Amino acid sequence: MKEKKPKKIKKELTIEQKIKRRNFISFTVFGAFAASAFGGWKWLYNSPEEVTGITGGARAPLRRALNKTELFFRRLAFNESHLVKTYPRSMAAKVIRHNTDIGSEGKLPPEKWKLQVKKRSGEVLQISLDEIMALPKTEITYDFKCVEGWDQIQHWAGVKFIDFIEHFKLHDEAKLDYVGMETPDKQYYVGIDMPSALHPQTLLAYQMNDVLLNGNHGQPLRLIIPVKYGIKNLKRIGTITFSNTRPRDYWAEQGYDYYSGL
Amino acid sequence: MKVIKEKHPLLMRWTHWVNFPILTIMIWSGMLIYWANDEYSITLFGHTFVRFFPDWYYNLLHIPARLAEGMAFHFLFMWFFTLNGILYILYTIISGEWRQLLPQKKSFKEAWLVLLHDLHIRKTAPPQNKYNAAQRIAYTAIIVMGIGSVITGLAIYKPVQFYYLTWICGGYHLARIFHFALTIGYVLFFVIHIVQVILAGWGNFRSVISGFEVINEQPKPVIENTNEGEEAEKD
Repeated sequence: MKEKKPKKIKKELTIEQKIKRRNFISFTVFGAFAASAFGGWKWLYNSPEEVTGITGGARAPLRRALNKTELFFRRLAFNESHLVKTYPRSMAAKVIRHNTDIGSEGKLPPEKWKLQVKKRSGEVLQISLDEIMALPKTEITYDFKCVEGWDQIQHWAGVKFIDFIEHFKLHDEAKLDYVGMETPDKQYYVGIDMPSALHPQTLLAYQMNDVLLNGNHGQPLRLIIPVKYGIKNLKRIGTITFSNTRPRDYWAEQGYDYYSGL
Repeated sequence: MKVIKEKHPLLMRWTHWVNFPILTIMIWSGMLIYWANDEYSITLFGHTFVRFFPDWYYNLLHIPARLAEGMAFHFLFMWFFTLNGILYILYTIISGEWRQLLPQKKSFKEAWLVLLHDLHIRKTAPPQNKYNAAQRIAYTAIIVMGIGSVITGLAIYKPVQFYYLTWICGGYHLARIFHFALTIGYVLFFVIHIVQVILAGWGNFRSVISGFEVINEQPKPVIENTNEGEEAEKD
């Protein structure tokens, strides 16, 4: 069936015509791409804010991208054996930087405080600071990283979260996907994915630089989770909950990434 | 006689122009992030020459208090920046364009001569192929800087998971400084680049969009001349 078509004899373009033609094509394509790129940017920049739920405050498409990117890196690289770099005790800052104390202002006498742990059964454990301090103590000197961009080598001491789980027999709870922590007044709250919570360097801390926490740093007990930005290191823990859905998170509601992992 | 001479392959034009808005967005969103802890300055012997950045500058560009927004943009466009860069590098390797781009042994010496020529101190510039010695160095350096931005960026993005990258960068604190300094480097590159593009003229600029240059070639004599480029001064 193949028949050779006689070649069409086209009049060859002059060099000037060729130049004009190629310029026209390339500049038209360039202009079209530039216009659509600009349109795409306008669309993204003006895209509606996400419906506030567990997360809020970000443009809806950017929130989707943020979640996807974070999951990508978690699946690619997250490994509980990846430890946060530690430093000699002597390198720790004497004055520990303080940013905010939302939900942990002022002093709360330890005797008026009990850590409440909500178990799956509905039972609520009431744990005193003395009980926590009786558990094996773990110290860490590491580079604390704030989402703002600053970092400081700090020394903290407390009980490993995984030891805490072990001691209070929270194994069933630890099988769930998330831990939620809130301040006693519910003003500040964080949600932590279970692998990060069970990371061997995650502490329920009651000391910094070998003295009990002061008011600025979340006394009597705070979370120190070196695999996360500072915003996840909740000060003055009031309640701990466990769930398969993401617990509410103060900064995730204000446009920040939910995982905020390092 | 005018002749069309192919200059920039489509893929190199594509990656060049795609990179421009992406890098702009990365720098802008990077500033939104940097503002939250803007501690860098150039200080020598106790005197601060430049503070990054003054308040009027922040206000002019509406930078303040947009950290979360900056991170959301930065962590999306980092993908496009990286993928576009990978595409460019792979293309230059596979097509052999790298031969035109990588500095040669003589490039470092010649780059001075190019510089002196461009500053009108020397009359002649060294002979060149597609790119002169200074361009070879600049266009290779900018790629190395791009790789540097990705590595230092990952080092501060996930310092625990990519602890080896953070280690290579000399730690978290230093990696953030490098990441910032590289950005300043892009801005300086951009300024010089724009000046050079303006000086080089329309034909050069057009070639980065349409791919070709128009050159004037003398009509070829019937007998092939082996050194056809150099027949101007035969009186």
